[in-house]
Amino acid sequence: MAQKATTSAPIAVPAQPRAQERAGEYVAVQRSSAGHVFGRILFWLVLVVIVIYTLFPFYWAIVSSITPDSQLFNTPASYWPEKIDWSHYEYVLRNNDFLQALWNSTVVSVATVALSLLIGAFAAYALGRFKFRGRTIGLYVILSMTMFPSVAILGSLFLMIRGDWLLPTPNLYNTKTALVITYLTFTLPFTVWVLTNFFKSMPGELEEAALVDGAGPFRVFWQILLPLALPGLVTTGLLAFIAAWNEFLFALTFTNDYSARTVQVAISQFAGRSQFELAYGNKMAAAVLVTLPLIVLVLIFQRKILAGLTAGAIKG
Amino acid sequence: MEAGIEVAPLPTPVSRPRRPWSPPETAVGRARERFAWLLIFPSLLVVLVVAVYPLINTFYLSLTNKRLGSLREVRFVGLQNYQDLFSDSLWNSSIWHTIVFTVFSVGFETVLGMGIALVINSNFKGRGIVRASMLVPWAIPTVVSATMWQWMYQDVFGVVNDLLVYRLHILPAKVAWMANPATALPAIIAVDVWKTTPFMALLLLAGLQLIPGDVYEASTVDGANKWQQFWQITLPLVRPALLVALIFRTLDAFRVFDVIFVMKTYAPETMTVAVYTRQKLIDLQRLGAGSAAAVIIFLIILVLVVLYTRLVRVEEA
Repeated sequence: MAQKATTSAPIAVPAQPRAQERAGEYVAVQRSSAGHVFGRILFWLVLVVIVIYTLFPFYWAIVSSITPDSQLFNTPASYWPEKIDWSHYEYVLRNNDFLQALWNSTVVSVATVALSLLIGAFAAYALGRFKFRGRTIGLYVILSMTMFPSVAILGSLFLMIRGDWLLPTPNLYNTKTALVITYLTFTLPFTVWVLTNFFKSMPGELEEAALVDGAGPFRVFWQILLPLALPGLVTTGLLAFIAAWNEFLFALTFTNDYSARTVQVAISQFAGRSQFELAYGNKMAAAVLVTLPLIVLVLIFQRKILAGLTAGAIKG
Repeated sequence: MEAGIEVAPLPTPVSRPRRPWSPPETAVGRARERFAWLLIFPSLLVVLVVAVYPLINTFYLSLTNKRLGSLREVRFVGLQNYQDLFSDSLWNSSIWHTIVFTVFSVGFETVLGMGIALVINSNFKGRGIVRASMLVPWAIPTVVSATMWQWMYQDVFGVVNDLLVYRLHILPAKVAWMANPATALPAIIAVDVWKTTPFMALLLLAGLQLIPGDVYEASTVDGANKWQQFWQITLPLVRPALLVALIFRTLDAFRVFDVIFVMKTYAPETMTVAVYTRQKLIDLQRLGAGSAAAVIIFLIILVLVVLYTRLVRVEEA
């Protein structure tokens, strides 16, 4: 069944073209200038469409967030802001619930990243640099966590968080701690995987020289490998931060007020001052505030992120 | 849990021979091995506590009548929850919606993503800017993009209706995209396609850039046109990147929750299996019944992973 797929040769040899076709191609190249210009115009047109398609929704969120309500609900709509109005941002930034949610998200994401980098770097060092029995199985067990759906463990985690399981743990419902612990289910495997590849790719000589000089494996790790792994740590840390910052299902399920509610949940429940008001201006201001830091980070680190993502995906 | 990576047998008998592991002979070797286990221990502990145990517990719960916040005695009910699940028309329609969502969103993302990757792969001024702009939808949190699109789909003041009715004159009248049960799911699929296509394009672009240019030059000399080049050179060569991207996207799409929940909460016409499961587990507090749904989702994903890993193995062999 599946084997069929491979039998096709990786590079199929193109069929030999007939002579006329080649001649035709040649003529086409000769009188190309008009066709060439047309092709270039078409190419740039496609490119513009692609860029508008990818950027327009966020552009629209920004425009809506700085348009006063009196114009926001005009039809037909205006596609660029006529005057800039900050009242939606003022409303959002004076909203204590939103600010608290921003703080919660920051604490949870930073703690998740720190914890998964610390734990993950140890494991990745062992998996990437040591040969031992069970190494492959260990790697696969950790990696397999990325594959399974978080909704599959939602109920059990809910019970554990409330202290209803094998061990007498405190009730962590509606705490940031609960979110940090559960977020490790998706940040840790990813961190281990990318860092393992990173450690594997380092030259062995440095480590050997240090070992010969009498440094223990722990010192080798802290003083030689970890500094070298810094770029990898930055990339994985950033990707883990984005994943934690964007998480919704656990945050929605394991919190019930603003002592732990994250910004994603806050946005999804953002309403106007009254039940009947369309609060889209405020919602868009909140959306922009939550997204802008991410976009800035992503654009600064875009090369590293692309490398990290493709390493995770293509080698995976 | 082992996600099929271990389970999947090697397809061909003539694969690389496994080197038998031999125990380290020296004291240093043994110490290194102990040290390695020490390093890996915290990660394994986390995995055991927050992933393996909850998963096993989900299997167990699915065989009981446990409810959240209820003190009544938990009874073992065998496969009753599974029987109830498959006779629940809401569950069956959730499965159908999930399949529709997965097939259409992954399908569109792949085709569009491939098209965009091919366009960006050519050399032009400003390519870096275009590539950076592709990262924007990916960086936007799903909840935020769902909220943005909810506003764009708004029936009276939304920009989608404005564009289609007043500017492009494609539609004669405004459509209530979200409220109309017939358009809600396609509209949500469009949101997912928008958010994920650029990511797909970037993954495929990375694959395209591994193809050496002289392959194309050679085939141009041989008279192959662009279309033939795409089917006979590009596609086979990006196949590994394409397969991996497809795996990740299919698994993601199948467990879709955020975009659906933010845009339509528990509306039956767009309910997917993950949304159904959360409602059963948390809102209806039926841990037993909800866990049965969770187990089914897990098993379906497991089957997908096994199939895909076999496929990738075959590709590699």
